[in-house]
Amino acid sequence: MTGRPLVAILDYGIGNLHSAQKGFEHAGADARLTADLGLIRSADGVVLPGVGAFAPCMAALGRTGLDTAAVDAVQSGRPFMGICVGMQVLFAGSDEAPGTPGLGVFDRDVRWIPGPVKRPQMQWNVLDRRFDHPMLTGLDDPVWAYFVHSLAPETGDGTDVVATCDYGGPVVAAVARDSVWAAQFHPEKSSRVGLRILANFVAAAAAVGGAG
Amino acid sequence: MRVARVIPCLDVDAGRVVKGVNFVDIRDAGDPVELAARYDAEGADELVFLDITASSDRRDTTVAMARAVADEVFIPFTIGGGIRTLDDARRLLRAGADKVSVNTAAVRRPELVREISREFGAQCCVVAVDARSSTEAPSGYEVFTHGGRTRTGIDCLEWVGEAERLGAGEILLTSMDRDGTRKGFELNLTSKVAQAVGVPVIASGGVGTLDHLVEGVAKGKADAVLAASIFHYGEHTIAEAKTRMAAAGITVRPA
Repeated sequence: MTGRPLVAILDYGIGNLHSAQKGFEHAGADARLTADLGLIRSADGVVLPGVGAFAPCMAALGRTGLDTAAVDAVQSGRPFMGICVGMQVLFAGSDEAPGTPGLGVFDRDVRWIPGPVKRPQMQWNVLDRRFDHPMLTGLDDPVWAYFVHSLAPETGDGTDVVATCDYGGPVVAAVARDSVWAAQFHPEKSSRVGLRILANFVAAAAAVGGAG
Repeated sequence: MRVARVIPCLDVDAGRVVKGVNFVDIRDAGDPVELAARYDAEGADELVFLDITASSDRRDTTVAMARAVADEVFIPFTIGGGIRTLDDARRLLRAGADKVSVNTAAVRRPELVREISREFGAQCCVVAVDARSSTEAPSGYEVFTHGGRTRTGIDCLEWVGEAERLGAGEILLTSMDRDGTRKGFELNLTSKVAQAVGVPVIASGGVGTLDHLVEGVAKGKADAVLAASIFHYGEHTIAEAKTRMAAAGITVRPA
């Protein structure tokens, strides 16, 4: 493969995608904000961003047909990354929106961060690695990332939890399974650390593109 | 783990940073992108741009500035000042601002907070509150608007509670008694507000020394500290601020 890997950032009309696009460009991708199903199918990597709340994001995904496109991209085995609420909607459901199903890529729910802590967690925090994953390649501990969230996924059996952070107890910060990466924090707002995480994803996308 | 944030505040007029920022070897002290990148490299956790553009027809420059900063700088930034409508907020957020802060317009029409929060999420809706001590207010502090010039008769604690209920994701609290004095934060006000709401509080107004930053978190219970002049005029770096805070037992992201 020649040139920069094509990373499709799903644009379903929610929030500020500008930083995500610029971040992936800095990280070496040909990053496109798109709702074009053909472009999404041909991309080397697919990113599902999201801000705000679970239910409006799911509604907007449904309206644009990008819910199916996201699940198809996951099933294709190409590198896929969910960010913030774009991570949360990969789960089965959320305390924030009882009765609204998520995409169900991960078969458990998203819960309010428990305990007597301020919500949202709006701060930088340290990623406590649970296992080595390409997402965090090249980063020395402590790895600081920027979080803005009031809910987080359940731990489940923990086998897909790449990192947690400590906020009144361990809070799931990143998960990964097969080709799917997901971050509760905002790599596109986490300065040099975040850009490296995006570059790690672009490298994974480039590897797939090269094989294809 | 609670991690205190250090936030430099930059005043912006027609898309240019004013009140001269004094970095060594800066090419253009008025360029918001260059200054933001510098503060990112120095370890600032977030940035606040306060738009002081007088004429509303030049506000497009602020939208362009938000876009230019978002293109190059990958830490969160807030834009405040002159946001009157949901559409004003929408343009800045779409351009790449992570948060907008509303002040006078929210006091005048509190529904604005709910509208921004509902459309974009509480996380990008900051309510800026300018407070001044007042014997007539039950909490001892009254909300002022229009840059601290206009009394509202509204009690500060009542307003921050209302702002949280309406969907504010954060409170940017400025003591107008201390702003510009370099005597330190109004710690009594700060701790009252920080304990009254369940959302993060940024302390602002009065920072003159690094120890003031320590006090804002340790005694004021603030989640973040905002300062302008001590950073801009080269008196202290972000790294010095964080070193002092860490030495006082406050957890910070090292610069």
